[in-house]
Amino acid sequence: MSKQRPSRRAFLGLAGAAAASSLHPAARAQTTGAIRDLGDTPSDYGRPSPFEDSKRWSRAPDATASSSNTPLADLEGIVTPSGLHFERHHTGVPAIDPDTHRLTIHGLVDRPLVFTMDDLVRMSSVSRFHFIECSGNSAREWSPAGAPNVQLSHGLASCSEWTGVLLADLLDEVGVKAEASWIVAEGADAGLMSRSVPLERALDDVMIAYGQNGEAVRPEQGYPLRLLVPGCEGSISVKWLRRIEVAHMPSMARDETSKYTDLLPDGKARQFTLVMDAKSVITRPSGEQKLDRPGFFEIRGLAWSGRGTISRVEVSTDGGRSWTDAEIEGPRHAKAFTRFRSPWRWDGGRHLLMSRATDDTGYVQPTLAALLEARGRSTIYHNNRIKAWEVRESGEVTNAEA
Amino acid sequence: MPRRSWRPTFALLFVSGVVFAAESERTGLGSEPTAEELGAAGYTVFPDGKGLPAGSGTVSEGRAVYQQFCAACHGRNAEGDEAAALVGGRDSLTSGRPRKTVESYWPYATTLWDYIRRSMPYESPGSLNDDEIYAVVAHLLHLGGVVGEDAVLDQESLPRVEMPNREGFVSDDRPDTD
Ligand code: HEC
Repeated sequence: MSKQRPSRRAFLGLAGAAAASSLHPAARAQTTGAIRDLGDTPSDYGRPSPFEDSKRWSRAPDATASSSNTPLADLEGIVTPSGLHFERHHTGVPAIDPDTHRLTIHGLVDRPLVFTMDDLVRMSSVSRFHFIECSGNSAREWSPAGAPNVQLSHGLASCSEWTGVLLADLLDEVGVKAEASWIVAEGADAGLMSRSVPLERALDDVMIAYGQNGEAVRPEQGYPLRLLVPGCEGSISVKWLRRIEVAHMPSMARDETSKYTDLLPDGKARQFTLVMDAKSVITRPSGEQKLDRPGFFEIRGLAWSGRGTISRVEVSTDGGRSWTDAEIEGPRHAKAFTRFRSPWRWDGGRHLLMSRATDDTGYVQPTLAALLEARGRSTIYHNNRIKAWEVRESGEVTNAEA
Repeated sequence: MPRRSWRPTFALLFVSGVVFAAESERTGLGSEPTAEELGAAGYTVFPDGKGLPAGSGTVSEGRAVYQQFCAACHGRNAEGDEAAALVGGRDSLTSGRPRKTVESYWPYATTLWDYIRRSMPYESPGSLNDDEIYAVVAHLLHLGGVVGEDAVLDQESLPRVEMPNREGFVSDDRPDTD
């Protein structure tokens, strides 16, 4: 921002210039009955208004094995601004020069190939809206009341328009051998993060993405290149992608055995629970917001499903006793955030607000009780329960037991 | 060359007057690596031992490696400290407080080798040589009561180690609600 710009008042030699120019230009723009200052000059890379303070929240800001959550309550529409996309990395965010970055594809292939970024950008491209959700999202929601705000309860999910190459096209280039059944992806982070993807899935809609929301993928999301396995738990969309090995079996990497497996009451654990089931959450009104006075509010939220498109979202203002269909607003892409909204008149009383998503496979978002009944208390991952917010008579909104 | 039919596309494309079937056309982009370049690109270790390099390590060698490079974070006896416990927790998986460790939870010993090569020691991954990795794996598996005091691990013996929770995993059977 050009703090040094001479103000018009100073330029015209008017009194009071010092006081006026200490305000940001935007704060003065609407002043009437006074001489109006010119605004800022163009900038090389725009930033949000200084009056906005949307931020990611990190559970361990100084750690390299950490994560940060998207402020979902601040978002409009279905796209997460790239700078607010959630992060999860195990060994920090590497700084990678795209000119020296290479993607090697080898293993059970007819001809191993090494791709430069230029090679990949030259290939046929696709741009698709997809959410990414960490399967550890909503881990605090195994307790009835869950987290106090939607950034903490659901913020390990974000949605971008991703641009890149279909992995199927790349696998065509190398020629996959008949005995292959999996691919193993590896990142260029310090810990060489690695995950296995079933070949069938890899040949479906999996992308190698270099673009995010119209610009290069952000460093935190894998710059210059990431795997993107739509609809699946975020950890499988290996960032900083450097190598793909076509294989006869999964590698049984640490992050598909020790982690990201779901322990059931009988001591067995589900493995390769890749797909993220349908989920929705009300982002407004939501925890830690305050309704200033009774009257009209639009209940707004986000819904998504790793199995396809969202076909229906219902909203309840009475803790699930009655439900009404919300309007699905805006684009409805498969495996992407979908907006819903529902008009509501707050009467000033206590209300429990809830939303429930259904996807085009007919799957209905479950209650916490149904999840606990099916899985017990030790699965950690894949919590897609119906979330409730309590609107109090004071107008305060808090987390609530459904 | 076996041609898989994963993307049956019979669309004919017309490009600059040339007609070709999309399915059989490659772009020719990318370059074929030399054997040396391919070797340098890295590798994956699989449960059947594929990928494991030559070399070997013993439990006692591993004890020294562990004390020098791992104990500060994972505890003297891998009981956990700043970083996770790596042993213990057997028979806890059905309890209300399951303790998932290499000993109690991990289905394959090869995963331990693969993970240490990739990611440990946390602050200097890649600093151990292959013998040291075999050794520290032997030490951890011995601490966990999985292999004996005299175990020697190498590319033959490591994939044959039977982990206690080898049969502990099932495939995804969701949807499981309603
Ligand atoms: C500086 C501290 C530190 C040192 C030293 C260290 N580790 Fe770790 N270790 C960690 C952290 C932190 C994690 C978790 C990383 C993550 O979040 O992905 C971890 C994870 C692990 C895991 C996976 C645990 C699980 O349950 O998934 C194993 C196995 C492991 N370390 C082994 C070792 C070995 C062997 C050494 C020595 C060669 C070592 N570590 C040295 C900090 C350390």
